[in-house]
Amino acid sequence: MSLKICGIFNVDYRKDMAIFRTKFHWFALFVGLILLFTAPLYLGLYLLSVLNMICISAITVIGLSILTGYTGQISLGQAAFMGVGAYASAFLTDNGVPFLIALPCAGIITGLVGLSFGLPSLRLKGFYLAMTTLAAQFIIVWIMIHWESVTGGIHGLPVSKPRIFGLVVTGEGNLFILILSVTIAMIYFAQNIIRSKIGRNFIAIRDNDIAAALMGIDIFKYKLLSFFISSIYAGIAGSLWAHYLGNINGEQFPLIDSIWYLGMIIVGGLGSIVGSVFGVILIRVLGEVVMMITPNLGKLFPAVSDGIGASLGLIVFGLTIILFLIFEPRGLAYRWEIIKSYFRLWPFPY
Amino acid sequence: MIIFGQVLMSGLMLGGIYGLMALGIILIYKSTKVFNFAHGELVLIGTFLFYSFLVELKLNVWISTIGLLLVAVMIGLILERFVLRPLIGQPILIAIMATIGISLVFKGVQNLFWPGPGRFYPKFISDDPLTIGGLIFSRQHLIIFLICILAFLLFAIFFNRTSIGLAMRATAEDHRTAQSTGIDVNKIFALTWILSGSLAMVGGALLGSIAGVTPSVSEMGLKAFPAVLLGGVESIAGALVAGLIVGTLEVICSAYLDAYAGGGMKDVVPYIILIFVLVIKPYGLFGLREIERV
Repeated sequence: MSLKICGIFNVDYRKDMAIFRTKFHWFALFVGLILLFTAPLYLGLYLLSVLNMICISAITVIGLSILTGYTGQISLGQAAFMGVGAYASAFLTDNGVPFLIALPCAGIITGLVGLSFGLPSLRLKGFYLAMTTLAAQFIIVWIMIHWESVTGGIHGLPVSKPRIFGLVVTGEGNLFILILSVTIAMIYFAQNIIRSKIGRNFIAIRDNDIAAALMGIDIFKYKLLSFFISSIYAGIAGSLWAHYLGNINGEQFPLIDSIWYLGMIIVGGLGSIVGSVFGVILIRVLGEVVMMITPNLGKLFPAVSDGIGASLGLIVFGLTIILFLIFEPRGLAYRWEIIKSYFRLWPFPY
Repeated sequence: MIIFGQVLMSGLMLGGIYGLMALGIILIYKSTKVFNFAHGELVLIGTFLFYSFLVELKLNVWISTIGLLLVAVMIGLILERFVLRPLIGQPILIAIMATIGISLVFKGVQNLFWPGPGRFYPKFISDDPLTIGGLIFSRQHLIIFLICILAFLLFAIFFNRTSIGLAMRATAEDHRTAQSTGIDVNKIFALTWILSGSLAMVGGALLGSIAGVTPSVSEMGLKAFPAVLLGGVESIAGALVAGLIVGTLEVICSAYLDAYAGGGMKDVVPYIILIFVLVIKPYGLFGLREIERV
């Protein structure tokens, strides 16, 4: 991690903590952003829709990464929290609130809901806390389906396309620009939260909560803060999801999605924002590849062709998690660091 | 009053099933300190495999059961050796995710080989109802309830009277100490997974005869967790008592509150109980209280 390019010396703390250290970093950032923002010009609708899903999942997963990867609190309810954000945003824009205000409001509302389910963390940790979030997942989805006056029940709720300063954002490409901007902003916030005092306290709580308490960190406050921040991320992702799809119902936020998000963190590497993004990309791309190859596989094995799409996706995802846990527990982020330091040191072996 | 008695009875029957599921989860936890989120999916595989043996291969019930047990032993051994053993000593999130990964693979396998709508077993337990004191019992439910109670008794005897059972309890207490007294901890782990796997798969066959052979059988695995926590994660008797309590409350709530809530109370009641247990009494009714305050 601390390997630096020869000739670069950090003379103060600011420089030491900087994300972009060299001119090349800034150059890469600049080129990368230009490539991403011009993507609608040269990518097809299918690839853009995949990118949109990746960006929305990335926001949720970064939130979960702050809670699970940095603070060490397991949450099995992230999908349900995302649903809360989706309904909150749909409800607000339906009642005339502009999208740009509804988006952060949905985040805050979800944050408060997440906070209330984080309250048991005063007494519970580890597995027990995971169980409260599991209960949250089921209870929230149940409310979504049964509170018909607000959520539309099983029929779902139509959501208008986002309207910004009177302009309605429609079409895969324009939505992509909007979603990408929000995603980049959220990544930037997350990276800065983690580098601040709050983030260091989160890490201390994760590594040893008793020692953290001894050092004077108010554990309960920071655990709740972590739940709050994580749920805000879920809420914002949910809001984007609702406006992107145009229709939401309670069955879009099942337990299996919460598990997907946890799996993405594991694959990407616990305790790394970049890793979470890698995890999202890998799992989503794997999912698309499975979707693409299953029709052909179905022809090869006609005996099992009926359920092959859904089942192969589950099997591949389950095996990916298990294999990463056993053979690469530090995830893609660690591999990425190794690759980077290899190129930094090249042509020397170390 | 008769209606209430009927509701209570069906609650107890459901509770017996929850208890049986909880027992399987507790078995694993007691000796390996891993919470097995894949239990429901083991049950699912059991249900469908039994269907294949019974209907597609046209075997007799007892031979099918023996076949099921053989598969259970194999699955238990494979899971322990290739997934759980490499992860011993890892943080709790890792163990949870590993069992969740297993559960996804099983779910996929089930969907791959037995896709499509639900199926039904031919009746191997007669289903004409039994009337005792004005209450109507389904014979199937009653037999399954009795089998649950029998399983609990057998496991109670196993853990208190046999040397293997005692070795398993010693392993649960402390892996290293157990090893230093000559207990082969790896063997105990493998045995635990075999026992729990067999329990799950036979449970699946029983459950399939009541609920039909559908993928939703696996939801019972997650809904057993409230019973596990209410009973206290260490206690076998606790699992039975808590299973009965959760099952009864679920049936009572869905009988009397469904009209007000618009239906579907049974999907959410166990989780509401779970939240209450965790907030009020996190170590359950019979659990060991670990004191570690921050």
